[in-house]
Amino acid sequence: MKTETTAINIDRGKGDFFYPEAHVRDAGAGLSERTIHYIADVKEDPDWVRDFRLRALKTFLEKPLPTHWASKELEAIDFDKIRYYLSPGTETKRSWEDVPDDIKRTFERLGIPEQERKFLAGVEAQFDSEAVYSNIKKAVGEQGVIFVGSREGLKNYPEIFRPWFSKVIPVGDNKFSALNSAVFSGGSFIYVPPGVKVKHPLQAYFRINAENFGQFERTLIIADEGSEVTYMEGCTAPKFNTPTLHSAVVELVALKGAKIQYITVQNWASNVFNLVTKRGLAEENAEVKWIDCNIGSRLTMKYPGVIMKGRKARGEVLSIALANDGQHQDTGAKMIHAADETTSNIVSKSISIGKGRATYRGLVHVPKHLKNCKNNTECDALLINATSRTDTYPAITVRGTGNAVQHEASVSQVSAEQIFYMQQRGLSEAQAMSLSVNGFVNDLVRQFPMEYSVELKRLIELEMEGSVG
Amino acid sequence: MNELRVENLRVAVADQEIVRGLTLTVPRGEVHALMGPNGSGKSTLAKVLAGHPDYRVIAGKIFMDGENLLELEADERARRGLFLAFQYPSEIPGVTIANFLRAALQARLPEGEELEATDYYARLYEKMELLGMDRSFTSRAVNEGFSGGEKKRAEILQMAMLEPKYAVLDETDSGLDIDALKTVAHGVNSLRGPNLGILLITHYQRLLNYIVPDHVHVMVGGRIVRSGRKELALELEERGYDWAREQAAEPVLTR
Repeated sequence: MKTETTAINIDRGKGDFFYPEAHVRDAGAGLSERTIHYIADVKEDPDWVRDFRLRALKTFLEKPLPTHWASKELEAIDFDKIRYYLSPGTETKRSWEDVPDDIKRTFERLGIPEQERKFLAGVEAQFDSEAVYSNIKKAVGEQGVIFVGSREGLKNYPEIFRPWFSKVIPVGDNKFSALNSAVFSGGSFIYVPPGVKVKHPLQAYFRINAENFGQFERTLIIADEGSEVTYMEGCTAPKFNTPTLHSAVVELVALKGAKIQYITVQNWASNVFNLVTKRGLAEENAEVKWIDCNIGSRLTMKYPGVIMKGRKARGEVLSIALANDGQHQDTGAKMIHAADETTSNIVSKSISIGKGRATYRGLVHVPKHLKNCKNNTECDALLINATSRTDTYPAITVRGTGNAVQHEASVSQVSAEQIFYMQQRGLSEAQAMSLSVNGFVNDLVRQFPMEYSVELKRLIELEMEGSVG
Repeated sequence: MNELRVENLRVAVADQEIVRGLTLTVPRGEVHALMGPNGSGKSTLAKVLAGHPDYRVIAGKIFMDGENLLELEADERARRGLFLAFQYPSEIPGVTIANFLRAALQARLPEGEELEATDYYARLYEKMELLGMDRSFTSRAVNEGFSGGEKKRAEILQMAMLEPKYAVLDETDSGLDIDALKTVAHGVNSLRGPNLGILLITHYQRLLNYIVPDHVHVMVGGRIVRSGRKELALELEERGYDWAREQAAEPVLTR
């Protein structure tokens, strides 16, 4: 018998609120070398970071927008109107009590401290550009686990941070990874020592509160040999009249035999451009698993990837995208096989509602010299209305003998008869649709941690309630 | 007042009139069989009672316990106590029977009230036992990959759980072998009582050997042409629908 646990008490459906800005540090609108120096000064960056930022800015300015293959929507971003750094000017607090009142109110409304007490091993809360709170359970810290913001990471642990920073995702990987590299602020740095298995998830919560703003967090997670860690991130923003930009870079490094599970629950307001680069490196026998759920935003472009560098490394991407009216979810996965006997698995489910559009892009690469590599790709799309749209662009390059690849795709539609059947049982149209959608993602969601799947179900319900008139 | 009453109902589908002036009353506590040949409009009537959006009511009224059903959406009718056992139930991929019924019951509770899980499962298992269904059934997706018999039993299970005031059973016997028919009939009979009115739509007399109706109506060409006691079904079986058709010219008898 299956019973439900209570949902995580973060009500992301109620993320649409904001408090007046009280930022002490503001880089102003527009992006130039002056902006970079302002950020580097405020953050007291070491010289190598300042230089890194300046080089990245050059790369960003040189690279064209990827409108030739992606969406013309990108042209709606006005880089001169965005503010690239905003912070309250206080240090990251270890104790919840010390967090400034107005910010505390925001996160309390979203349920953060409550959640930490309940089941998390550590929490970081980022408000606009900087982490305002970061805490790790004592027992986890005593095992040598490091969980801090990126600024503290690069300052206090340069011997671990620097060798891996920007190694999985080079600055010039794409225009937005270059942008992030130039102005990055916030995000998490995590190091798990050899053999340490962190039982409970570490969580970061990213909150945008300011208008005309870009959030550029940078996360680096290193799981040393034989260690295990699960990281969950959540994101919300209020709905402003002008577009907001969220452009993160997330790098994961799983050393020999390590396991990293990275879970994203995002519920952005419908005018956020969410352009994120996420990639993991898996050494011998290591595993990197992305669980990625994209709800909200105006345009999301995100293709979590795994480079399987060592023998028997495993990569996995399980993703759900929900494109509501006026939204475009352009998501997928990249699996780069770079050693023998590596295996990858991609399961992608997308739901398009109204005039929403979901695009799947997958890249699977197995070069000729490798042996016994396997990939499995499944992508399923569900269309709620006749006006909804879905596209699939799988790019699978498998060379050599003895490598196996499997690809399945399906498109289905919620039928009027199915909705009527459910309505006849007493469900409203919105309830019927949300149940259909939950059914569609059910076999995938079952593989997610319980707390996460319950929350996801609730988010889908909220999204469907808003979409049926 | 405690009755499901159809008055002079006329229904069209894509400009063709299918139900042409039908009057019928099913009091709570009684079982009425509605028999008729293919194309007589039986299933259309069932769909219209339930509020299917594809059917256009041209004239007439439908009342449930005095309330005008035509003013209510399908889900509102259901929550007020109308149940339709579908002839061809829809599949709901990925949604288990347990979760589906739970959502349906939850939808009947006032806002803020939560269905009690333990009681719910106890009741679900009890009803399943009644219908000879294995418990593993609850974790299967609604109607997905079900045999004909399983689908019909699942419909009756839903009816048992939702406890409607009026139930319309649309060709619940079709596609069933004799054992499945007996199980389904046993289920329906166990739900009979003073609080439930049943409209049993069927093509064959066979079902009525197992669910004995209080009244029988014969529907031909969108109208009820004859009504009577259960013996009418036997007479019909013997003489065939042509006999009923001939009767259609005559004034409609009441029960």
